[in-house]
This record gives sequence, C-alpha cells and structure tokens, in this order.
Amino acid sequence: MKFLMTYASDPKSGPPTPEQMAAIGKFSQEMIKSGVVLMTGGLVRPTKGTQVRLEAGKFTVTDGPFAETKELIDGFALIVAQSKAEAIEHARRFMSVAGEGQGEILQVFDGSEIPG
Amino acid sequence: MTVSETHLAINAVFRIESPRLIAGLTRMLRDVGRAEELAQDALLAALEEWPSSGVPDKPGAWLMATAKHRAINQLRHGKMRERKHAELGSDAQARQNADVQSELVARIDDDVGDDLLRLVFTACHPLLSTEARVALTLRLIGGLTTQEIARAFLLPEPTIAQRIVRAKKTLAEKQVPFELPRAAELGARLASVLEVVYLVFNEGYSATAGDDCLRPALCEDAQRLGRMLVGLAPDEPEVHGLLALMEINASRLPARTDAAGEPILLLDQDRSRWDPLLIGRGLAALARAEALGGANGPYALQAALTACHARAQSAAETDWPRIAELYTRLLERVPSPVVALNRAVAVSRAEGPAAGLALLDQLSAEPALAQYALLPSARADLLTRLGRRNEARAEFERAAALTQNARQRARLLERAKSS
Repeated sequence: MKFLMTYASDPKSGPPTPEQMAAIGKFSQEMIKSGVVLMTGGLVRPTKGTQVRLEAGKFTVTDGPFAETKELIDGFALIVAQSKAEAIEHARRFMSVAGEGQGEILQVFDGSEIPG
Repeated sequence: MTVSETHLAINAVFRIESPRLIAGLTRMLRDVGRAEELAQDALLAALEEWPSSGVPDKPGAWLMATAKHRAINQLRHGKMRERKHAELGSDAQARQNADVQSELVARIDDDVGDDLLRLVFTACHPLLSTEARVALTLRLIGGLTTQEIARAFLLPEPTIAQRIVRAKKTLAEKQVPFELPRAAELGARLASVLEVVYLVFNEGYSATAGDDCLRPALCEDAQRLGRMLVGLAPDEPEVHGLLALMEINASRLPARTDAAGEPILLLDQDRSRWDPLLIGRGLAALARAEALGGANGPYALQAALTACHARAQSAAETDWPRIAELYTRLLERVPSPVVALNRAVAVSRAEGPAAGLALLDQLSAEPALAQYALLPSARADLLTRLGRRNEARAEFERAAALTQNARQRARLLERAKSS
C-alpha cells in the first residue's frame, strides 16, 4: 500500500535549528535507503496554501492568509507500507525527529486494492 | 489507544524492525534460526509489556536490548555454552564462562552497518533451493509471516513453514558463515539474491484480479526489497538494473487488465494509466546501472527493453530498431530460444515481416520451443502480413492446439478461419 503523508510543524515552535534540519535530512535519507520513502519534499507554507474550489460551476481561488514565520517545516512523503499501522509508526518516528506539529496520512488508491 | 490498536502498532513496529533485529542477532549468535527465535521472544515480551507501558520511544532499541538480554541469560544458564566453546576454537575450551560472554558482548557492539546485507546473502545462499531462498527471504527480510507467504504463493502454510525450518537447518548444518561474499564469488552470490527478488516480483505480476490481494502485493514486496538492496549495495549495476526492470514493469500494473479482469496486451494498453512516478524511478535506476558500467547486464538490458515502451508516447512511436538491437545484445548474454523469438518479432516490426520470418524459421527446429504456442502464432502473424494465407491458417491452428488458455485458443481459431 502507498500512503501520502503530510506534515506541518507547529507555528509556535519556531524555526528549526540546524541540528534539527540535519537530523531530518539524515532520517529522510535512511527512509529512502530502506525503500520506505518513494518521494519526499518540503512545502513552502504561507500558513495556508492557495485554496481552489469549484462550486455550482464557479471556480474560486483564495490566497493565504500568509504566515509571519517563513521558516517552518512543512513537507510530504509518498511511502510504501504493508499496513496503515505501519504508516502510523513511520509518522510517529518522523515527528519524533521533526518536532511538534500535525500531519495527515492518506492511503493512495492504486486500483488493485481489494476490500477486506 | 485500545489494546487491539496497541497490538496493531506493535506488529507494525516489529515488521519494520525485525530484519535489522534478526540481522544483528545473527551476527552475535552465528545462527539465523536462534536469532529469529530470540526476535520472536522479544516480540512476545513487547506484546506483554507495551499495552500497559506504552510503545517506547525507540522501539527497535528496546526489542534489541530485550533479545540480547535473553541471549546472554540463556548463555549464563549454559544452554549455548558448549556450542560457543566449539565455535570459538579449541583454546576457548579453557576459557571461563565470563570470557565467552565478553566475546559475545564484543560482537554485539561491532559496527552493524552490513548486517542486513549479510542476512540477505545468507537467506539467498546458493546451498538452498530457489523456493527455500524465496520463503526465507520474505520471512527474514521482507518481514512477512509464514501464513502471508503461504497465501501469496497459493500453498498450504505447513509447506512454507517446513521450507523455512529446513532452510535454517541447512544453513546451520553446513555452517554457512555470516559474512559478505568475497570478491571472487560476489557475482554468483549476487545473482542468487537478484534471482530471488525477481522471482517474487514475477509471482505477484502473474496474479490475476480475482486473487487474494497478498498475491499482487508480492510485486510491492519485491520492489521494496529491490529498493533496499540499492541502498545496501549502491555500486552494483545489476542491483539498479533489476530495480529499474521491476519499477517500469510495475508502472503498467493498473493498465494490464480490463474491467472484466482479462489481460490487455502491452501494445493495446492505455498508456495514460501507466504510473509516471514508477516510470521515472525506473528510468533513473536504469541510468545509474548504465553509469556504473552495467549497460550489458541481463537485468539492465531487460530494463532498457521495457524502458523503450515506457518512453514511447503511443504504441506507434515504439523504437523497434532499438528494441531489436537490445534483444540482440541480450541474446549474447542470455542465449535463450524465448529471447531469440522476441528478437525475431522485434526485427519484424523494425525491418518488415520477411526479415522476422527468416529469423523465426531458424528457431523452428528448437526443441525448447516445440510446445510453445507463441512460435506458431508469431509465424502466423508474419505469414498473414506477407499474404501467405494458407500457411498462416495452418500456423494459427497449430498455435491454438498448443495454448492452455481457452480465450486465447478461441481468438487464434477465429484468426485461422478468417485467414
């Protein structure tokens, strides 16, 4: 199973230290090397991204609001795991390195999933 | 967390940690079977303690410490004393129990960098039968349970359990050392590892839509093993070649069957359904294999072949001259009649039906292809394109008689009729 993992650090926790950045880099490298992470990247966050919406045939775009702090850690990873519990454990490990914040775990539909 | 959630979490931790755990313990004990038992013991301890204490911050370290503790305890109780005395040499006979213990502790503290790779080479040791290697690799490195392996391979669980037990016994009896192969034997040993991984992949690739979902998941397991091997042996071009081959083939999984679950041939597939992420990863892995000087490795060549299809925007844009050339090179490395047959088909597309037919005719006396339906069906295709309809009809009929697949037989007979 593939999962899309997103993470946004807590704005109150402030910008990451160089040591923290190095630890995150090392962790990511290990996860790529062990075959868990297929793709990963950081995200530029003005607190919220650009919101797009199609409603009643009308397409709307809303920007921001923009953040006061630019150097927050926001990122995503596409990972392979054998169960959701395994994806949760990878998220726990990542957050223990990246610090306080929140994230989401979304299973990627790959057409071959058979329910049950 | 509820108890059942905690159990799921513990099993997830164990699946992630068990390969390294077993690898580290094997280096310490020089016995894969004992290492796996101790790893299981540590899992049982976790299932007992973690629901009340919570999952520790570094669960891998906890499991390793628990397993090591038990290993040393067992040693203290003398269970392994004799075995270790014998292994450490004749003068060890004179040593005190404490010395043996410190020797073991020293082994624990060695650099653990290559343990996992050592475990891969051990599980794929050529002393073991291919099926034993497959089962042991999925169990020890893939982290699958015996039950999961059995379900994926459509075999009874005791069959797989027995294969694993026998394999571990063979490794112990033959005293297979827990080490990386020496340079002289590295090629053959690595080929044995790659063969196992590709076999797992193909087992998953041949699964059909109605199968238990663990069967198609074998593709993902094999890709995961391949990606891990690339991390462990980044300088080996064929490791990248095999990964490239698997990633690109897997990119076509969503497009390989129609709504009714019937297979769709590569050239008829909807290319917009091929997974671009996997194609990108596969092409990058192929580029690395070639950059490492491995362009002529059998896996790299097969990956290059499959990459030709991945690069073509439509079936009509396929670079057949390049495919024919790659098959020629593959045939030099792997002299197989099936490769020769594929080469002839590629030549027919690159240079025309007459050139392809001339190559196919050279294969008609090949005993390995005597029962192979694809040979007469390929000939029939080319004869049709050359307007030799009577000969084509006979070949379609011959192909229909040889094929095991009812649907394919019907299609071939239909083509025979319209020839």
